[in-house]
Amino acid sequence: MSDSRVLFDLPGPRARRRQRLGSLLGALLVLVLIGLALWRLGINGQLEPERWAILFDPATNVPQRLLEALGNTLEVAAVGMVAATALGALLAVGRLSEHAWVRVPVVTVIEFFRAVPLLVLILFCFLFLPQVGVSLSAFGALALGLTLYNMAVLAEIFRAGILSIDRGQSEAAYGLGLRKWQVMTFILVPQAVRRMLPVLIAQLVVLLKDSSLGFIVGYLELLRTSRSLVETLNFSFGPRYTFQLYVAAGLIYIVVNVLLSQLAKFVESRTRRSPRTTGTADAVPTGAASASALGPAISAGPASAVVLSPGRPGEES
Amino acid sequence: MSFLADNFPLLRDAFLTTLSLAVLSGLVALVLGTVLAAMRVSPIAALRGLATFYVETFRNTPLTVVFFFLAFGIVYIDLQFPSRFITAVAALSLYTAAFVCEAVRSGINAVPPGQAEAARAIGLDFRQSLSTVVLPQAFRTVVPPLGSVWIALAKNTSIAAGFAVTDLTAVLQRLANANADQLAMVFIAVVAAYLLITLTSAWLIGILERRLAIVR
Amino acid sequence: MRITRYAAALAAAGVVLAGCSSDAGETADDAADNTAAVATDVEFEPGSTMAEIVEAGELRVGTKIDQPGFGLANTAGDPEGFDVEMAKLIAAKMGLTEDQITFTETVSANREPFLQNDQVDMVAATYTINDARKQVIDFAGPYYVAGQDIMVAAGNPEGIEGPEDLAGKTVCSVEGSTPAETIRSEYPEAELVLYDVYSKCADDLRNGNVTAVTTDNVILTSFVAGDPESFELVGNPFTEEPYGIGVQKGADDFRDFINDVLEESFEDGTWAEAWDRTAGAITDTEAPEPPTVDRY
Repeated sequence: MSDSRVLFDLPGPRARRRQRLGSLLGALLVLVLIGLALWRLGINGQLEPERWAILFDPATNVPQRLLEALGNTLEVAAVGMVAATALGALLAVGRLSEHAWVRVPVVTVIEFFRAVPLLVLILFCFLFLPQVGVSLSAFGALALGLTLYNMAVLAEIFRAGILSIDRGQSEAAYGLGLRKWQVMTFILVPQAVRRMLPVLIAQLVVLLKDSSLGFIVGYLELLRTSRSLVETLNFSFGPRYTFQLYVAAGLIYIVVNVLLSQLAKFVESRTRRSPRTTGTADAVPTGAASASALGPAISAGPASAVVLSPGRPGEES
Repeated sequence: MSFLADNFPLLRDAFLTTLSLAVLSGLVALVLGTVLAAMRVSPIAALRGLATFYVETFRNTPLTVVFFFLAFGIVYIDLQFPSRFITAVAALSLYTAAFVCEAVRSGINAVPPGQAEAARAIGLDFRQSLSTVVLPQAFRTVVPPLGSVWIALAKNTSIAAGFAVTDLTAVLQRLANANADQLAMVFIAVVAAYLLITLTSAWLIGILERRLAIVR
Repeated sequence: MRITRYAAALAAAGVVLAGCSSDAGETADDAADNTAAVATDVEFEPGSTMAEIVEAGELRVGTKIDQPGFGLANTAGDPEGFDVEMAKLIAAKMGLTEDQITFTETVSANREPFLQNDQVDMVAATYTINDARKQVIDFAGPYYVAGQDIMVAAGNPEGIEGPEDLAGKTVCSVEGSTPAETIRSEYPEAELVLYDVYSKCADDLRNGNVTAVTTDNVILTSFVAGDPESFELVGNPFTEEPYGIGVQKGADDFRDFINDVLEESFEDGTWAEAWDRTAGAITDTEAPEPPTVDRY
């Protein structure tokens, strides 16, 4: 039912007039709300151009700091993503193993890291690991926390991806005399990764957002930096630039993430068309229907939920 | 072990705070998210646009930023929440509603078009076919994704610790700071409390999912 | 010298932005032309903590970055304040330049773990010496004695004169800090609101979400100085908070060394100078009588 137009008639002239009225009213309501907010902001002097200029004036050091912080955010997200992808693929293969002594511990690891709040994982890496001899910087603790959590999420995504590949692929490979690890590494995983690419990029958005939890260990990513600037400027000027800096941080996150989401959509449309990936079953499971059509193998338990929400794993944080 | 016994009341209160934070936000998010999902499939373009804008904004903003805005930002438009707990509930529900909306929408999309066509054929209008035919079915297929949204929400409550709510994570920090020699114990206790919520939920969702599975 | 650049940046900021507090500008300018001379002829016994730090070429210092006067990051992101000056003093006596100090943010709730886990060599972060902390780490100093006080909204609308008046009122402090512990045990009637940093408390008081903020007077005076239109200090300290420099448990040689440095600075006036260009400049107060170092 991807075409929701089934739900209502093509509007006739009267209905169209009514809808236009509805649209108008809705738009008006939104405009009134926005207007109200702007009015209050204006009354409080928050719209003075001078307050916003601070975000663009290099002499204040603010734009440089924000840029540098964005760099820190991207850096920790990139490290986390690469490590989580590699480990996630490994865990996915482990979970599909026929040997219980491989499968059971892997399942335990996956389920554990998916069930614990990321913030607690980061604190664990930062406060506890050093006590047992693993000393980590704030960056290290944040990157490791992000990796542990996301590898578990990605493992489930990969598993669904591997299971979604047509059985004919592995049967043909076995028929050629390939061994199990060969089938996995040369046939299934490469196809699964390509097919899961949009979901992977979507997960990067999640990871990027999660990096803002670095505030708890004092890693100067985008959000902590904006906050630090707020504290500094608060001290010299009172709460003059607080609102502006929060807005700036929020907007930077949204812009970067929307760009990433668009990239995910673009990659998805590319992989859809590519003859190399369309040879097998449906493309990436984007809706609940296609995912549950994958059979009981992956809908056994809430784990399967990971691939169910559209375009992006249901596992937000 | 006496360490745990000494701090049991603190841990229990924190556990209840975390749980009520999750349950309250979950309920608000469920209502708001369903409304948003209905808006996203509605015939009125302005509503569709508004809902899409809402979902895209909140999905692409870190929850911590939402918290900051509600705790320290909205004062500039002369708004305030009466308490930090309510601020946390508001932040968590506004954020989670976007994910609920996407989950419900995917559920709506998963209902076979024939169902909606049949509903329309017997003369139900948009509101009736959505509320009596499509949504009830959508909610069944939507149990797994909603389940994982719920689990994510339960974990996300931990961010409230940075905003003056004494939840499990706040107590973790307090105890870890005061009992550095008992760090392992502190982590075990708090992680166990979180697992109690998340793993139990996962188990219940699994049961519910099997009960409600639609045989087609 | 890096500081100069920041002073320039701040001065530039002052030109661009209206309403620059002149105190902040002066602070940076003063800091620019007044830093401790780096010792050149220092020799430490091989194997000592100091020798190891010098060997590593880096002094790792935990400090706060949100406390005006003691440790506040400037717009360039580098911390400035009395605590920071103490760290620079100690580094200089070890023959380390300012560029060889690595500052890490330590919030109230993670200062002990930082030292225990060897993430930093020392913590100078408005760190109160007390017995509970002494069980897991060691303290040099004190280098300053503060007292817990209360900050309220300007005009003191609720008429708060001391901690007894806080009963039934919301009072903000920081999780894991001594002031929070004091309120919790001595004045349980007050309703505690706990954040991870004091600046959030200040925001909450400014927005009217809490009735009062309680912590050490020096921290509060700096907040008041930063925004006198919103805040007011009650000015009735009810505890004694000796600030020490945290070192790792058992690093007695380092502790003795820091104590020596502190005592020397008390005598030769560098301590008072550091006060004058940081916390003193902000709160417009004379350097107090230096405390007596406690070599326990």
